[in-house]
Amino acid sequence: MAHLTLNHFLVIGALLFGFGVLAVVTRRNAIAVLMGIELILNAANLNLVAFGRYVAGGISGQVFGLFVIVLAAAEAAVGLAIILTIYQMLRNIDASDATTLKQ
Amino acid sequence: MQPEFIIFLFLALATVAGAGAVALSRNIFWSAMGLLSALVGVGGLYVLLSADFIAVTQVLVYIGGVLVLIIFAVMLTNQIKDINVSNSSIGLVGGCAVFLVVATLLSFIAIWAPWKLTDRAPVVDTTVAIGNGLLGVWLLPFEIASVVLLATLIGAIVIARKEVKAD
Repeated sequence: MAHLTLNHFLVIGALLFGFGVLAVVTRRNAIAVLMGIELILNAANLNLVAFGRYVAGGISGQVFGLFVIVLAAAEAAVGLAIILTIYQMLRNIDASDATTLKQ
Repeated sequence: MQPEFIIFLFLALATVAGAGAVALSRNIFWSAMGLLSALVGVGGLYVLLSADFIAVTQVLVYIGGVLVLIIFAVMLTNQIKDINVSNSSIGLVGGCAVFLVVATLLSFIAIWAPWKLTDRAPVVDTTVAIGNGLLGVWLLPFEIASVVLLATLIGAIVIARKEVKAD
């Protein structure tokens, strides 16, 4: 038990993913939904690096994780820009109020 | 117990507690702080997986970039007095059921699946290996990622700017 194996990291990844899904499902604040998406991406990334270390060997898992980090940063930038625009339009960022694409 | 296992337990606690704060805290700013804890924990777990370059990238991009952006957005879109107003959660019981099902299922699969473990030693100098890989085997995805980043930059500016009326 007191020896690090693949399973430890996969269980942490599963818990992170579960909390991310919980945030996306239950929160109404659009920024909190975006944070949940970040958690989900981190969980996937942790699994990728763990599989790269314990199953595949080499650095392919890490390179895959690097691309996921790049795309997550891009997604966060565009997502927050959209949220700011919605706030300027509606004066709140409740995800269930944003039902229109244009004013 | 090995010292690295104790470090793993600390990092796992920080990660899971932070993720729980993101999902369950009523205050959006505490959610952002929970996200900070979760991201630092995941960065530490990358170090334990001997992925040092990814760990540094995690700190630079996520904590230095994404988290600062998120906190900026929180400050810009919430008044201090009504910081909780637009943050009420709905369907917490259903959400917790989803969490239990997802986390239990994934953990069960992770523990019981017969993974084919490798006995290759971890790469020690990952920065050199990743740099060579990005300009060799993975050159095409690397270039596509740079085009995606440029498109994101332009797109975010176009979306977030104030609209100027023509007349």
